[in-house]
Amino acid sequence: MTLAAETSAAATPRRRSAKGAGFDRAFEILCFTAATFLLTALGGLVVSLAIGGWPAFEAFGLRFFTTATWDPVRDVYGAAGAVTGTLVTSAIALLIALPLALGIAIFLVELCPPVLRRPIGTAVELLAGIPSIVYGMWGLFVFAPWFAKHVQMPIMMSAEPGSFWEKLTTGVPNGAGILTASIILAIMILPFIAATLRELMLTIPAQVRESAYGLGSTTFEVIRKVSLPYIRTGAIGAVMLGLGRALGETMAVTFIIGNAHGFPTSIFASGSTIASTIANEFAEAPPGLHSASLIALGFVLFVITFAVLALARILIGRQANL
Amino acid sequence: MSTTATPRLSRRLAQGAFLVFCWVATVVALVALAAILWSLLSQGLSGFIDPDSGGLDLDLFTKSTPAPGSEGGLLNAILGSLMMCAVAMVGAVVIGFLAGTWLSEYARDSLYGKVIRFLNDVLLSAPSILVGLFIYEILVFPFKGFSGLAGAAALGLIAAPVITRTTEDVLRLQPKALREASVALGAPVWRTIFAVIWKSARAGMLTGALLAFARISGETAPLLFTALNNQFLSLDLTKPTANLPVVIFNFALSAYDDWRRLAWAGALLIAATVLSVTVIARILAREKTRS
Repeated sequence: MTLAAETSAAATPRRRSAKGAGFDRAFEILCFTAATFLLTALGGLVVSLAIGGWPAFEAFGLRFFTTATWDPVRDVYGAAGAVTGTLVTSAIALLIALPLALGIAIFLVELCPPVLRRPIGTAVELLAGIPSIVYGMWGLFVFAPWFAKHVQMPIMMSAEPGSFWEKLTTGVPNGAGILTASIILAIMILPFIAATLRELMLTIPAQVRESAYGLGSTTFEVIRKVSLPYIRTGAIGAVMLGLGRALGETMAVTFIIGNAHGFPTSIFASGSTIASTIANEFAEAPPGLHSASLIALGFVLFVITFAVLALARILIGRQANL
Repeated sequence: MSTTATPRLSRRLAQGAFLVFCWVATVVALVALAAILWSLLSQGLSGFIDPDSGGLDLDLFTKSTPAPGSEGGLLNAILGSLMMCAVAMVGAVVIGFLAGTWLSEYARDSLYGKVIRFLNDVLLSAPSILVGLFIYEILVFPFKGFSGLAGAAALGLIAAPVITRTTEDVLRLQPKALREASVALGAPVWRTIFAVIWKSARAGMLTGALLAFARISGETAPLLFTALNNQFLSLDLTKPTANLPVVIFNFALSAYDDWRRLAWAGALLIAATVLSVTVIARILAREKTRS
């Protein structure tokens, strides 16, 4: 039982005259209302997306999920292209970000000289604080040209004609595309995953790690055989949390993915994600099937991220305090 | 496992490679941060310099967004952003403080409390563009118009879960003896919360509010179809309202050099605001834990 409940139960008979006691109930109701408001907001969000997207689900049925045609002129819409784009960019981003985040977390907990620990920790936090639109501008104007010149061109030149590798890397070498978007996403989710992993690693009891060191293990062995197994569940949660962020990230991706509808054809090709499609088109979409399809896309995104985030929260529990 | 059979050299090599990797990973993150800050400064500062005289140029803060080719600044966007963030923060602080208090003081172990705590955590990291869609559905479409208030509502809905979470966390840290002491003096529960718990937790609660402010001041996606944009200076929040993020988005993707210059200057402004608020919040939190 909470303290509030205990004291109000015990105090009612004699303490009714205490100054301002009559406000107790009102204050509790006020707090309760605020908490319930958040619940209602989330509920309202789901319901409004479902209702708003319903015309699209009704008109296209299952084809909405299986086709990638997105044609405002003929008023035909399919979500498969955007959904694939979302999943592919997030997956690549995670693939890049996870090892780096792990490295940073381990560095901060195990290897970093104490003098540098705070500045580097703060720097990584700042990386998390940079607004997504700034990442987008930097990605488009600074990173993409550099990437096109120093990475994309050499790779495309060296790809053997007709090989699988050549197919995977065709595209216009202007820097914008699936892979660039994934790399920017990776930089954006990196600090979140690193921070969560770091918090988790700090929860490992010192004795456990010290006994492993005492047996003569190297840092690598302690991390691999003691630390990581210890935080395994939470670490998977941290990864899912990063994935959830990548899936819903909008502005940075809108800047650099190239915004082409349909299935992405290669890692250098333009593509689109659910969020970038909505950001690009919703303000101009006329009421009707076009805007309904965009809201339906939003509903799909909600379902995907809700599943991922819910799983993340369950796995992390409350130990990481994030 | 083959640890005993493994020669020492391979263990040392693995250890060495591992150490190098951790250093490299950290350096990669720091280089990315430095590169972004450098671009922001080198490109953004040009917006503060008069192209003709080379002196300091405050047009940014005194003129509204221009037509391509003419002179102008970001005054309307800065004002619009400030107004919307202020309205959003007022709402979010009230909801967040109260909801956080309820979770910590009244519903710590109840099922309903657990449900709300869980859903609040989900809302906390839900894609912000969906919040924009939601607000569009309930505030923009029914009232037939984009407005600054709708933008503020979207921002508020993003800030509230952040404040709720931090408030609950910091209130939970307050010692039980504090509550008992106050109640033993005859104070009703609400006064205990108001005058004792909140007071002792105030630095943490303020940190939460600052972090929420940092989060929403750079948010773009939810404003695209709630506040929309406005070319002119306007203090009327019931009309479409100019705001920094959307202006940056539109100007950055335009073909005009002077618009892009303004976009970089705006990006620098936003990033500087967000980063300094974040740093202040961290310092505040740190001082509290030290004392």
